[in-house]
Amino acid sequence: MARKDSRPEVSRRKFLAGVAVAGAAASATTAKAATPGTTAADVKRLPSALPPTAHQIAAETGVPKDVPHLAGKPGSDFMVDVIKSLKIEYVYSNPASSFRGLHESLINYGKNSMPEFITCTHEENSVAMAHGYAKVTGRPQMILCHGTVGLQHATMAIYNAWCDRAPVIVVGGNDLDAAKRPPGVPTFHSAQDINAIVRDFTKWDDTPVSLQHFAQSFVRAYKYASTPPYEPVAISLDAGIQDAPVDDPTLFIPRYTPSAPPHADLNALRETAKLLVNAERPVIVADKMARTADGMKYLVELAELLQVPVVDQHGRMNFPNNHHLDGNAQLIRDADFILGLEVSDFWNTVNAYIDNGDEHGHGNRESRLRPGNNTKLVTISSVELLTKANYQDFQRFQPVDIAMVGDAQASLPALIEAVRSAIPNDRKAAYEKRGEAYKKAHQQARERNKQAATLAWDASPISTARVCAEVWAQIKGLDWSLNTMPGGMSGWPRRLWTMDKHYHHFGGSGGSGLGYDLPASVGVAHANKALGRFTVSLQRDGDFMYSPGAVWTAAHHQIPMLTVMHNNRGYHQEVMHVQRLSNRRNRVASLGNTSGPIGTSIEAPDVDYAGMAKSMGWWSAGPIKDPKELAPVLKRAVEVVKSGQPALVDTWTQPR
Amino acid sequence: MRIGRAHVWLAAFAAGLVLSHSAVAADAGKGQQAFMKYGCWQCHGTMGQGGTNGPKLAPDPIALEAMSAFIRSSNRQMPPYREQVLPNEDLADIHAYLASIPKPPDYKTIPILND
Repeated sequence: MARKDSRPEVSRRKFLAGVAVAGAAASATTAKAATPGTTAADVKRLPSALPPTAHQIAAETGVPKDVPHLAGKPGSDFMVDVIKSLKIEYVYSNPASSFRGLHESLINYGKNSMPEFITCTHEENSVAMAHGYAKVTGRPQMILCHGTVGLQHATMAIYNAWCDRAPVIVVGGNDLDAAKRPPGVPTFHSAQDINAIVRDFTKWDDTPVSLQHFAQSFVRAYKYASTPPYEPVAISLDAGIQDAPVDDPTLFIPRYTPSAPPHADLNALRETAKLLVNAERPVIVADKMARTADGMKYLVELAELLQVPVVDQHGRMNFPNNHHLDGNAQLIRDADFILGLEVSDFWNTVNAYIDNGDEHGHGNRESRLRPGNNTKLVTISSVELLTKANYQDFQRFQPVDIAMVGDAQASLPALIEAVRSAIPNDRKAAYEKRGEAYKKAHQQARERNKQAATLAWDASPISTARVCAEVWAQIKGLDWSLNTMPGGMSGWPRRLWTMDKHYHHFGGSGGSGLGYDLPASVGVAHANKALGRFTVSLQRDGDFMYSPGAVWTAAHHQIPMLTVMHNNRGYHQEVMHVQRLSNRRNRVASLGNTSGPIGTSIEAPDVDYAGMAKSMGWWSAGPIKDPKELAPVLKRAVEVVKSGQPALVDTWTQPR
Repeated sequence: MRIGRAHVWLAAFAAGLVLSHSAVAADAGKGQQAFMKYGCWQCHGTMGQGGTNGPKLAPDPIALEAMSAFIRSSNRQMPPYREQVLPNEDLADIHAYLASIPKPPDYKTIPILND
């Protein structure tokens, strides 16, 4: 790959001084041949191979001069001290020359421990792995990349982390000093301001110009990334300060003190409590709320206090699905009070968009709320602290009755206390009655789900319900963790599995940029490995094809995980979009030689995912097309993963 | 896949009228092919089991007349299939295919659906 070839043609440190002279001599010869004014006949008279000059002979046969040794400690060693002070476990990286100084210090001076260098095959994978790791541990990890080409690769994954509110410390190598940096590829790989490309979707960035500046900026970056709302941050890593000797005896590493998360206004919380205790049909909606186990604990406490159903939008594992107050979005319609907790798209929570081509092709928008209910809308969200202008992740504007800026998880204990104080004695019986009704409805819903799972039970391609039921049968006795969105595969994981721990899933990618599931699952599995948890991933085929190199990283670093392919052989979101537009325009969608509209299928040839995984060191099986073959194969795969290795089972599935 | 090959005769009489396209037998086998060709499977699954993006269609599909009325005029997420895209004969075959799909077992008879 061209960008891997970024070693200077003439070393900046005169590491191979003799060779450099030879190269310069050869270049001069070529330049002479091409000098303007030289006739074609002159060029023709030149011999095709010139005899070497005295300089060239000396350079190629002589003993190179001693490599100059740096006096004292290189700057990048101090950088490692700074990184170690924050107890960062891993650096996810694809190696590159622009951070070679720090790379060398990490593995030699730093002994490749805390942090350990994790070899990635693409910068997008590096970020997604750190993203997944952070969602398990809450701790930001570091990714290292070229500040130009590497950061360009990484941008989509950084955008996902931004939308998903995941902390990642992105460090991009750069050589700022145009007077000193080597020509050629290293200059292609340099920029005035590398962070400009990610500034719209990072919380903060900086370009340190000294070692002390680096120390301050790195600790600040860690602090900002780790303060809710969590977000990625970016640091430009200058080549000059990596290589320069540490010559300042006053250098120091600033002490890191975690910041308390932002808290909702107490008066607004008390006002919310009054509305909540008096509502007849209140509903709580939670999206990216539960950052830790405490988030789920507080939400259960609040819900049980008033017997209020919770609609979990699954941006995080907010509420146990086996709890009788685990509700569904249908409850929104009749609600007279809705409390949104870290909801990414509150407009779409209380309104619906119908993609039917009406309104000049834009589709209809309609309220989900029953007219006349006069539903009170309240939100607690930290997003407003971070809103930027360019990318539209803040979604459509929704007017509400009370809006609180603050971290919802941190604000829940105060809301619970306010609710306890506000409960009128004469309402307690009504709460109990409400709870009994939800218990009955919840039990009925569980049974309906199980019966619905039997549809197409023996079908081939295998139904998504069958795949999920078979996986559940193998993992339910383990301490497990699912990385991929539980709403995928028609929601069968959350409909059939018992999810009652905060790590039973971690939501989706955030920005819906493909190429997240596979590397993020590796990151989740990496974190789970130390915790002794079993990681399972229901892997979409289209996503897999973006980032297959993550498979190699998992094998290389012995990260155990079970990947079950949701191989529907197409980009099904797009299958349906093209179908919809074809119908709207009274045309039959052209299929070409595939089963979906042209451009939307991953068929002809079919991808051998098991073969891909095997080639990169995984145990694998499939494609499995007969559902009856699933159980024994999954059982074997689970044993492989329990032994410490990654395993992949390719299943041919129904579309959704 | 359990695909009924038996021909299914449409109810030929509706409101006392003979539907012009139902004068011939609807064919479940052809219906299955049409179900794939016109993209119905994309949202509803290859056996009409339904999913995130489309409701269950089988077993026990709604009556052909009701299905036809909805398909021709849908103004919701489901795009309308007009006759020049989906001919009446093919629609009848699709209905026959859906009607041929057997009822699923009771979940209580499937061990892995009972914790």
